[in-house]
Amino acid sequence: MELIGEGLARAFRLVAAGDPEVLGITWLSLQVSAAATGLALLVGMPLGAVLALVRFPGRALVVALVNTGMGLPPVVVGLFVSILLWRSGPLGFLELLYTPAAIVLAQFVIAVPIVTGLTLAAVQQIPERFRLQMLALGASRGQLVWVLVREARLPMLAALMAGFGAVISEVGASLMVGGNIRGQTRVLTTATVLETSKGNFDVAIALSVILLALTFLVNWALTWLQQRSRA
Amino acid sequence: MRRRALGLGLVFALIAGGGPSLAESRVVILSTTTSTQDSGLLDVLIPIFERRTGYTVKTIAVGTGQALALASRGEADVTLAHAPGLEARYVRDGKLLNRRLVMANDFVIVGPPADPAGIRGMKRAVVALQRIAEVRAPFVSRGDHSGTHVLERELWRQAGLRPEGAWYLESGQGMGATLVIAQDRRAYALADRATLLAFGKRVTLPVMVDGDRPLLNLYSVMEVNPANGPRVHAAGGKAFADFLVSPEAQEVIRTFGLERYGRPLFVPLGGKTDAEVGG
Repeated sequence: MELIGEGLARAFRLVAAGDPEVLGITWLSLQVSAAATGLALLVGMPLGAVLALVRFPGRALVVALVNTGMGLPPVVVGLFVSILLWRSGPLGFLELLYTPAAIVLAQFVIAVPIVTGLTLAAVQQIPERFRLQMLALGASRGQLVWVLVREARLPMLAALMAGFGAVISEVGASLMVGGNIRGQTRVLTTATVLETSKGNFDVAIALSVILLALTFLVNWALTWLQQRSRA
Repeated sequence: MRRRALGLGLVFALIAGGGPSLAESRVVILSTTTSTQDSGLLDVLIPIFERRTGYTVKTIAVGTGQALALASRGEADVTLAHAPGLEARYVRDGKLLNRRLVMANDFVIVGPPADPAGIRGMKRAVVALQRIAEVRAPFVSRGDHSGTHVLERELWRQAGLRPEGAWYLESGQGMGATLVIAQDRRAYALADRATLLAFGKRVTLPVMVDGDRPLLNLYSVMEVNPANGPRVHAAGGKAFADFLVSPEAQEVIRTFGLERYGRPLFVPLGGKTDAEVGG
């Protein structure tokens, strides 16, 4: 138990002293996961809206795939993205493996189904009547989608939070495609694993506390946006 | 609101855009074992190499099995490993070139203070393992094909035993985690001394057997054959291998760990051959 106290004190000291390595790791985690979530939003939101509104053959299968993808294991994503990015792999010429961009790519793959699935659910829960009403009032297809997405904005912020929460906290994919390289691809989760395996439990706890605080701050900001726009 | 959400997405993407540049040249990929990274030695050696040569080193610290496999596929440029038997196979196949000894430390067998197998102070590791198996005392194995695990399997083979049963646990984790499990289960384990020292606060299992020749832990550096795959950076790999056996790096190795643990973690072996160290 005293370890946790030591860890908390250590976390406070590291942040208060502005330890450059810890700040660098924290900033990289935020950058990488924010980029992955942002990109997942750009792809997942339109995709989710389309899946919610358009009927086509095989749609049930696609929706089932998206829902399965919401629980995609990060290590599996990490393994496949690694193989794709290997020098001998199809994307090897990009030389992306063991760079922050590789982590963004893997986290993007993890976040897209989450954002898509939650957007799909959000748009779908709007009653059918509402859509018919809009059409009766002479709304064009584009206007209809716009209004529906507006209606679903609160659950969509939830999708954003869920996506960000999933990627900032994953360790398997970041470790495999990033390599946990000091000063280059070391993020909060992989640094925590490393410090634990080194036996530096107080530093590991400090990093965990920083990760939790960071996630809390981001979610707090998003929740504030969400609740404000409800008014 | 949708605009705001999109704006938010763009802000997120922009924050990331300011990240480290992706354009890289003169990058050397080193595949190595977790034990070298966990000891902190590479954190001292690599910056010196980078300053001297202008190369950037990407260290991929994994189990020895994976480190050698990655190198043999051309996914790394140079590899630092500690499994001479396994290394020999890759060198024979021509996948890895110019194997040179870098340093050594030693393995020890630790166990619960009560010592149910009665192995404390035994001279030969193989005999100690036979005793552990005889009384079916709990033993925690890495079970992860790491250098330590490879050595452990070799010792069991020499003992003429195939360990299995409820007393033989495979953790599938790193050395530190495995020691913590051994501590909690009052079990025996094979550990490298560096990790044991690093875990001194958490793991209090005493050393039962040490000093036996097979417990010598030899680290070697090997260059990757450019024929193993596209984009192998042979010159960079060779430069790093040369650096590890250079007098400057060897001097760092000689004293590394002295300050923190009161004794050095490694013995430098640059320029020596396996025969000279009794390998």
